[in-house]
Amino acid sequence: MPDSNALKQGAGLRQQEDLTLLHEVSVATAGVSRLEMCIQCGSCGGSCPSAADMDHTPRMLFAMLRAGIRDDVLRSNTPWICVSCYHCVVRCPQNVHIADVMYTLKGMAIKAKQYKDSTAPDFSKSFVDMVESFGRSFELGLATRHYLTHYPLRLPGMAGMGLGMLTKKRMHLVPSRIKDMEQLTAILDKAKTLELTE
Amino acid sequence: MNEYILYPGCSMEGSAKAYNDSLMAIKDTLGIGLHEVEDWNCCGATEYLSINLIPAYSLIARNLAIASKQANSTRTVVAPCSACYLNLSKADYYMDERPTLGQKVNEALAAGGLHYEPGSLEIRHLLEVLVYDVGLDTIKSKVVRPLTGLRVAPYLGCMVPRPDYYNRWSDHEHPTELDEVLKALGAEVIDFPLKTTCCGGHMTQIGPETAYELIRRLVSSADNYQADIMTTVCPMCQMNLDAYQAETNRHFGTHYQMPIVFFTQLMGLAFGMDAKELGFGLEVVSAKKALERIGVELPETQAPKKKVEGLPMPQRRLKKTATPQQEVEA
Amino acid sequence: MSAEEKTPNKKPEKIGVYVCHCGSNIAGIVDVENVAKWAGEELAHKGVVIARDYKFMCSSLGQELIEKDIKEFGLDGVVVAACSPHLHEKTFRTATEKAGLNPYMCELVSIREQVSWVHTDKVAATEKSKAILSGGVHRVLYDEPLQEMKVPINPNTLVVGGGIAGIQAALEIANAGFHVYLVEREPSIGGHMAQFDKTFPTLDCSACILTPRMVEAGTHPNITLLTWSEVESVSGYVGNFNATIRKKARYVNEDLCTGCAVCIEKCPKKIIDDIYEAGLGYRKVVYTPFAQAVPKYPVIDRENCTYFQKGTCKACEKFCPTDAIDFNQEDELFNIEIGNIILATGYDLFDARKVTNYGYGRLANVFNSLEFERLSNAAGPTNGNIVLRDGKTTPKTVGIIHCVGSRDRNFNNYCSTICCMQSLKFAHLVKERTGAEVYEFYIDMRTAAKSYDEFYQRVLEEGTLMVRGKVAEVTDAARQPHEEGKLIIQVEDTFAGKQRRIPVDMVILSNGMEPRSDAKETAKKFGISCSADSWFIEKHPKLDPVSTMTEGVMIAGCASGPKDIPTSVAQGAAAAARVLDKILQKEVALEPIRATVDEIKCSGCRICNNLCPFNAISFIDDLAVTRINPALCQGCGTCVAACPAGAISGTGFSNEQILAQIDGLLMVA
Repeated sequence: MPDSNALKQGAGLRQQEDLTLLHEVSVATAGVSRLEMCIQCGSCGGSCPSAADMDHTPRMLFAMLRAGIRDDVLRSNTPWICVSCYHCVVRCPQNVHIADVMYTLKGMAIKAKQYKDSTAPDFSKSFVDMVESFGRSFELGLATRHYLTHYPLRLPGMAGMGLGMLTKKRMHLVPSRIKDMEQLTAILDKAKTLELTE
Repeated sequence: MNEYILYPGCSMEGSAKAYNDSLMAIKDTLGIGLHEVEDWNCCGATEYLSINLIPAYSLIARNLAIASKQANSTRTVVAPCSACYLNLSKADYYMDERPTLGQKVNEALAAGGLHYEPGSLEIRHLLEVLVYDVGLDTIKSKVVRPLTGLRVAPYLGCMVPRPDYYNRWSDHEHPTELDEVLKALGAEVIDFPLKTTCCGGHMTQIGPETAYELIRRLVSSADNYQADIMTTVCPMCQMNLDAYQAETNRHFGTHYQMPIVFFTQLMGLAFGMDAKELGFGLEVVSAKKALERIGVELPETQAPKKKVEGLPMPQRRLKKTATPQQEVEA
Repeated sequence: MSAEEKTPNKKPEKIGVYVCHCGSNIAGIVDVENVAKWAGEELAHKGVVIARDYKFMCSSLGQELIEKDIKEFGLDGVVVAACSPHLHEKTFRTATEKAGLNPYMCELVSIREQVSWVHTDKVAATEKSKAILSGGVHRVLYDEPLQEMKVPINPNTLVVGGGIAGIQAALEIANAGFHVYLVEREPSIGGHMAQFDKTFPTLDCSACILTPRMVEAGTHPNITLLTWSEVESVSGYVGNFNATIRKKARYVNEDLCTGCAVCIEKCPKKIIDDIYEAGLGYRKVVYTPFAQAVPKYPVIDRENCTYFQKGTCKACEKFCPTDAIDFNQEDELFNIEIGNIILATGYDLFDARKVTNYGYGRLANVFNSLEFERLSNAAGPTNGNIVLRDGKTTPKTVGIIHCVGSRDRNFNNYCSTICCMQSLKFAHLVKERTGAEVYEFYIDMRTAAKSYDEFYQRVLEEGTLMVRGKVAEVTDAARQPHEEGKLIIQVEDTFAGKQRRIPVDMVILSNGMEPRSDAKETAKKFGISCSADSWFIEKHPKLDPVSTMTEGVMIAGCASGPKDIPTSVAQGAAAAARVLDKILQKEVALEPIRATVDEIKCSGCRICNNLCPFNAISFIDDLAVTRINPALCQGCGTCVAACPAGAISGTGFSNEQILAQIDGLLMVA
């Protein structure tokens, strides 16, 4: 690991470069990310079905990541638009674990409170709350909280669909729970204290 | 009798009830035994992974740990839901590829008295088990009401053929597994080009504009190719294309009515079972019109012998050649 | 080793030890003076009479030190502790020989690569150097004054592969006055170059520059052209190979055939030609691959011939004016004796069907590079008209994709070297012939040789649109009206930072080169090695690109890796020069480091027989013992290790030498 003081130079950008960023992201990503192998070919940006809506293509994001432009990377909406379809991963000629890096960036953005106006972090947090309470996902609870908080005006329009799902028993009024919630909670509590550092 | 450990996933009890019903209906015909993972918990879908790495993998690994304790005669876990399948596969694969991750996850599991040895279970998707374990011949032999005349567009979605850590699928972009099953059922398979293009996943809740465009692409392509019905393996894809089709239509001013059902439902129909038992009627965009076409005898038309015009094409599809990895799988 | 008793050699009694500083390379970590002093004192009882250290042992002065000492002290053993034997073993052995001592009584032990370059602890490094030096001294006591073997060289040469590299090699040797057998598996020589339209960077017509060479090779008095032939097996060693050639039956009598081609005209059956026409055109069942084929004799494709399959037709025989068709012809098997072999077997094209996201094989108007060459070639299936798969429509926009199957860990990890230039050439040809709008999609532009970058500038001037981005997919799924009916190339234009969907009429894939599908079998047949990718391995990637580790077998052209035409020609000529230097020496000296079987100890178990990577081991049936051919043996030691009876020993690496060296090492431990 290069000396961190030497890695925070200005180099002509309006914000400081933070060259520790690449290593930080790489280490925090599940599996072996191979982020340093990226040759910037653009297969990922070319494959992405939702690239048109992204601030930066995945490739561009990685270039910024390697240049250490921390704030722009964490504020980019790119990871939140990623639909996790893995086209990029199978086509990448260098086997970079692109989709998993996106997950890491989402987590980092939430911790640094740097995400822009995406409702996605809240949605994820609500989902996680449900799972940590019941051990299973609870769609009605999740949808209600999400729409009430972010899209209250859409709720009436969605009511028709929601009611349809309820009557067809494709959605339930009451959450289902697992039996050994204690065990799951113990596991998750312990997990939250652990971190991947190398 | 092929025995498997089943990881149903949260949607099987909810939005994908039709998938669950039809799977339970056909399993005996196909000769597969499914034993649910005891007290399984949610796999976290694509949400938990966005928050915190180790808890996300620990959440998934609890299921793997419980399943490995249950594994007495079989070490294969079958997941019908694409996201669950991917999450379970990823957890197993990454815990192995990155030993420090495996250690930390097991540390967390130990707090609940559990442990999981990466690589000790085989995680497979339901479709792939049916094609390669049960076999297309067996499936064909159980067909009593072939779906002749039904034009089905097979839609696999993205998380099943990719990333495919163990090279089980015939191709990442245009796999043939679902096509072959439909052919075995006697249906007319529509080879539309977007078989594995993403439906948008959770973007329908988070970024609807992005999602509607993705849904529109899929539905319009199937429609362009004159499919009567689409079939899929993933609860999320089914929900997005089905429940949000109306919203998509409203957004773009289109009028698509493309029903989408689970492939197990079509299998059940071909096996002569009752449509209602298989979950038909639970879909939002009704499959009624498409169903009316089954059993209708279409006159056999002999296609005229085409004079070869222009330059010859290279041979059509590269057959899946046996590589050392695949030999082990078989 | 025969049953005769080996006369025991006198053990060396006066050993000279030389420890090199190598400037500061060794001396910076190892205390060389101390090591030399130590050797002089502690190893005196082993026979060391003089121990020196010197700044650069490999210099003339250093070598003279050894020579002087040998003469002055009457040394009969020399141990140098310096760099790796790979570098200077020959140097010191030559010096030893010059002073009148057998060169194999000189040992070089490495205290640079094995000590000073890999350790930082000076004390431990010095101790290790002492141990290594001690090992060397103990070993030299068991060294024997070996003699190099001289074998005569047969002046004939076998060139396998009639592409441009093979043709060049054959012509060079033939012009020097020596005989060459040129064996080619297809009915005509010419190789891939005969399929191309124009060649970069000069845009020379490929056939125009190739065919004169082909004709020269076909008519040269010193070249025996064996087309439609393959090498069945090879045995022997450098200077004395014996090869069995299978001349497949053409079913055409070459003595009677005039090459009039009436048989081809009258043949009623057409099939797809997937070798020469790359699957884009047709040929008859009796055929010559192309008009300028050398030799001109056609060949009958037995598998597709109506006569051979059903017993009817025989139109060719009926119409042949000289009665040259002979359905009863059989394959001919014969042996040839040669001194050297040059393998110039060429490459195969990467199968673009594997890259399913590019749609080759599924979408009609996606072409691969060889298909495009045939389209563009005036003698091709469309008479040089660049048209779509329907055979008639001229494209208005064309996309050319680089790096298909190359530089990609999902397929082949290496760069295929020529595809960037090839793609630029395609761009130029398309623009020239059709005036279409041309897009090029690349990751990097690799135009590194003479006149290559100038060609790139030319193509830019012509208005080709360059998009830097690796194409993600080629699809026919239109999203908007203007995309209907076209092929859409979806790519990230990385310089603009945006994903683009570019509708085109035609897509040309520059697929990469791969080794021949049977390269591993070929390598085994000739006793050379292949890399994991199946490319033939050269002796040294930088300093010896045309030799192999097997003496007498050279490689040239794309068989050892992707390369362009100038490089293949250069390699063909280089391999020929190597062969000529052997032929002109009339005999070759072989290193005496090889294994021998003690036939008394050999029990005939034959465990070693199949282990030799150089085919040097044979079994003598009547004596029921194994014998090793000293000329083929490279001294790798595999059989020595495998023999359960310990009947095989290596001269230059005998059990005694190795065990002594170990004792010497442990003396210091």
